[in-house]
Amino acid sequence: MKKWKLAGTFMAGMAVVGIASITSAYAADIIGLITKTEGNPYFVKMRQGAQAEAQKLGITLKSYAGKFDGDNDSQVAAIEDLIAQGAKGFAIVPSDSSAIVPTIEKARKAGLMVIDLDTPTDPITAVDATYATDNRKAGLLIGEWAKGTLGDKAKDAKIAFLDLATNQPTVDYLRDQGFMQGFGIDVKDPNKYGDETDPRICGHEMTGGAEDGGRTAMETLLQKCPDINVMYNINEPAAAGGYEALKAAGKDDGSVLVVAIDGGCPGVKNVQAGIIGATSQQYPLKMAVDALDAIEQYAKTGQKPTMPASGFIDTGAQLVTDKPVSGVPSISTAEGLKLCWG
Amino acid sequence: MSDDASGSSLAEKGLQGQDQTVASFEEQGRNGIRRVQHFLHEYPTAIPFLVLVFGVLVFAGVAGHRFYAPFNLSLVLQQVTIIATLGIAETLVILTAGIDLSVGAIMILSSIVMGRFAVVYGVPIAIAFPLGLLTGIVCGLINGLLVAVVKLPSFIVTLGTWSVYGALVIYVSDSETVRSQDIQNIAPMLQWTGNIIKIGGGAVITLGAVLMIAVALAIWYLLNWTAFGRHIYAAGDDPESARLAGINTRNTLIGVYTLAGFICALAGWIIIGRIGAASPLAGQDANLDAITAVVIGGTSLFGGRGSILGTILGALIVGVFRNGLALAGLDSLWQEFTVGILIIVAVTIDQWIRKISA
Repeated sequence: MKKWKLAGTFMAGMAVVGIASITSAYAADIIGLITKTEGNPYFVKMRQGAQAEAQKLGITLKSYAGKFDGDNDSQVAAIEDLIAQGAKGFAIVPSDSSAIVPTIEKARKAGLMVIDLDTPTDPITAVDATYATDNRKAGLLIGEWAKGTLGDKAKDAKIAFLDLATNQPTVDYLRDQGFMQGFGIDVKDPNKYGDETDPRICGHEMTGGAEDGGRTAMETLLQKCPDINVMYNINEPAAAGGYEALKAAGKDDGSVLVVAIDGGCPGVKNVQAGIIGATSQQYPLKMAVDALDAIEQYAKTGQKPTMPASGFIDTGAQLVTDKPVSGVPSISTAEGLKLCWG
Repeated sequence: MSDDASGSSLAEKGLQGQDQTVASFEEQGRNGIRRVQHFLHEYPTAIPFLVLVFGVLVFAGVAGHRFYAPFNLSLVLQQVTIIATLGIAETLVILTAGIDLSVGAIMILSSIVMGRFAVVYGVPIAIAFPLGLLTGIVCGLINGLLVAVVKLPSFIVTLGTWSVYGALVIYVSDSETVRSQDIQNIAPMLQWTGNIIKIGGGAVITLGAVLMIAVALAIWYLLNWTAFGRHIYAAGDDPESARLAGINTRNTLIGVYTLAGFICALAGWIIIGRIGAASPLAGQDANLDAITAVVIGGTSLFGGRGSILGTILGALIVGVFRNGLALAGLDSLWQEFTVGILIIVAVTIDQWIRKISA
């Protein structure tokens, strides 16, 4: 019995704390942030950036994430939560670009301002504003850089593609096809990889965007084509893993050109160390901060940001390299390190 | 005396021409297939072994010298080392008719603790490394206590701790990878498992693979030659009988999960050697891959039957098929497809073999 009493007191205590925190939350404007998963540093950094900005603005940030990439149900539940709590608005990185639209419409009808981040909704007009990064352009930059660096040798290149996943999510094919376009490969269907016939392509292997996947993928491709001299990577962790495979094969002498996308701090450091030749840096923190500022602006003045003709505000991508190529704009790793996102 | 003897021989004479077989079980229909079934029941690792040989022969034919090269075959061993190590831990748990979904998360948490404490917090490696191993042991112990003492189903327990340990990975790592070059400069001992031994003909073996084989031998010995090992089989086969026979099944279970946690921590060390870095992103599907290796290796999900050798073969089969299919130029989706088929075939065979004892 004593045990239960103790438990009861504890529960009551928790309830008081809970109520206290809820009431204090009502004092400030509530703004939501919904990302894809907590497992991906890209989104974790986005949340941490938003948290810092929220503190600066004096608003309450409620953050939510799906259980896995593609988890629409959790995001729907998060939006319903935010409507119920009377939030002023929220920013969302949609896991499913079209399935989330009806729920977003419900929120907008309830008076919430909705900003889409990173991955545009389908249609893009379903939200009040979109802050996105152009993944195809990010791929294009590293493709042009690789082509420029190789010069005449580009026509005899042998390229390994370390991609994300078999089901080719949007970011996966946009980056991959962007690279091919930049390098001068006929991409056939620009929204799908694997249908190309260019003999310079050794093959596509999946990495899951992580180091262990990157190493295994590159080992396999090196077995298939020992003469690989360009390694394209979906992101920097995959590139770090792929580099370990190069090291094990004794090809870490700079004979293989390594390119990646993301612009995380460990990735930029790897560019500085010469492990990655060039990376396209994106700005998830900027996206989240801009979105929060826009929603707070709306809460105070009722003003919404005006969208450019493209339908979204491009938060940009910059090429980071210490070996610039003429005709391809880039920044140095020193600058890249100042802008990197953890 | 002589009378008696003649009397009995007389009696035997009376049996002449009669059926003289002693009482026995009927052995009807013990034809070819039945015999195979019995053979497999006695030697369950024969199937994964044959599948592996079959795979190697097929891919040697399809992908040619590239597949068959000693270096490539040793590469497959390197590629399956982590999953095989986790598979050993998983085998222990599955032998008790349980399942451990948290093995991958424990591995990554241990590797992050080692890497982060040694490199980011500047803790001496002599402390950071044991701390990483201890992390695995504690995680396993928590699983074991929840299963054996609180008596929750292992699936539920480890479904929960998978999330908990996964969240701790993000918390401890701050979602940041400890870079390969930083580990190399500050705590090179963590990358020891990635060192290579050349074994001739172009084949290379990593110290991580050597460690995995050492763990396999140790656990094989434990399972077959110690009381604790036999208790694991008994507790998995029929926990009630095991208890009545005087086995402390509770302590056996706690021991199994804790040992599994320790092995996962060793896998954490091996993965640092393989990818160079300590990454919170790595090993996302490792738990399911480990279960796949165990199942394809012929260990029964219903407990009490299976072996470490089977699991190592199971991991090798998955590695050989993935590598072979990729070298043959097939799309990666067909690798997934084939592994799926292998799982279903393995469990079908397991069910079929079980009918003997039923």
